[in-house]
Amino acid sequence: MIAGLAFYLFAFILIASAVMVVTSRNAVYSVLFLILAFFNAAALFLIAGAEFLAMILVIVYVGAVAVLFLFVVMTLDVDFAQMREGFQRYAPIGGIIGGILFLELLFVLGAWSFAADAEDLRLSPTPVGVSNTEALGRVIYTDYIYLFQASGLILLVAMIGAIVLTLRDKPTARRQDIAAQIARSAVVTMAQPLVGQGIRREDILRPLPPPGKEEPAKQVEHGGHH
Amino acid sequence: MFAIGLAHYLTVGAILFVLGVFGIFMNRKNVIVILMSVELILLSVNLNLVAFSARLNDLTGQVFALFILTVAAAEAAIGLAIVVIYYRNRGTIEIDDVSALKG
Repeated sequence: MIAGLAFYLFAFILIASAVMVVTSRNAVYSVLFLILAFFNAAALFLIAGAEFLAMILVIVYVGAVAVLFLFVVMTLDVDFAQMREGFQRYAPIGGIIGGILFLELLFVLGAWSFAADAEDLRLSPTPVGVSNTEALGRVIYTDYIYLFQASGLILLVAMIGAIVLTLRDKPTARRQDIAAQIARSAVVTMAQPLVGQGIRREDILRPLPPPGKEEPAKQVEHGGHH
Repeated sequence: MFAIGLAHYLTVGAILFVLGVFGIFMNRKNVIVILMSVELILLSVNLNLVAFSARLNDLTGQVFALFILTVAAAEAAIGLAIVVIYYRNRGTIEIDDVSALKG
């Protein structure tokens, strides 16, 4: 009874917030409704008995993915109101295709039943008397260890890909130019300013380059670092 | 009426899936909302897998949902990185302008 009511409540909020994700005018609101949808989906997972996945959904999706979405939406300076222009134009075809898809899914739902030997075909039946997290761990680290490692590899590749994609060399960044540093003249004659007067850049006297020889293009501004 | 079975979960999953597909069609200009719609679709698939796992007392569905979560996180990271560098190069993220490869 209580679980049934909770299911209807969470399912209603989930679907309502999904509608808001799709139709909201502001992309920031879309992300916030996406977070609400994830929370309610986690609650539905809990009702279904998948405690570990519910917690993972909250931690990974709300804690990482949705915050990443929020970060990108707020970083990009995009006029979102102007982006809604095609909304009316694409609404009919989107509605038609969505309706057809939903009808097909309902047909599948209506004319479908389990196979007679579905119980015998289970790959890893849920053990009795073991918590959900422990049961999942027993299965993942034994039967599915290669898939588990492969998913870790996917995450690694995704991380490297994201870093490589967004890394850029700023033209104004100051890098150490070792060749110019070694090739410059070591003799820098220091000026002797009056006490309290400070020193201007022009007061640092550098030895003139020998005639007929080009001055190196990059002059180090301050003497002192070797 | 209040007994929750497999059909309830499948209905919620179907509605969520259709909403995701609908969102892809509706937001033809905004790539970020399209990525969010893809997340909704993957969430509905996860819901179905968890429902079947609970109904059949089989942990395989939950393991599969876990891997889908992993792939969805990687996909979101890569997609958002592509969106960021596209915005940096072009100054916009409208889908209609993405025709540089058309020649």
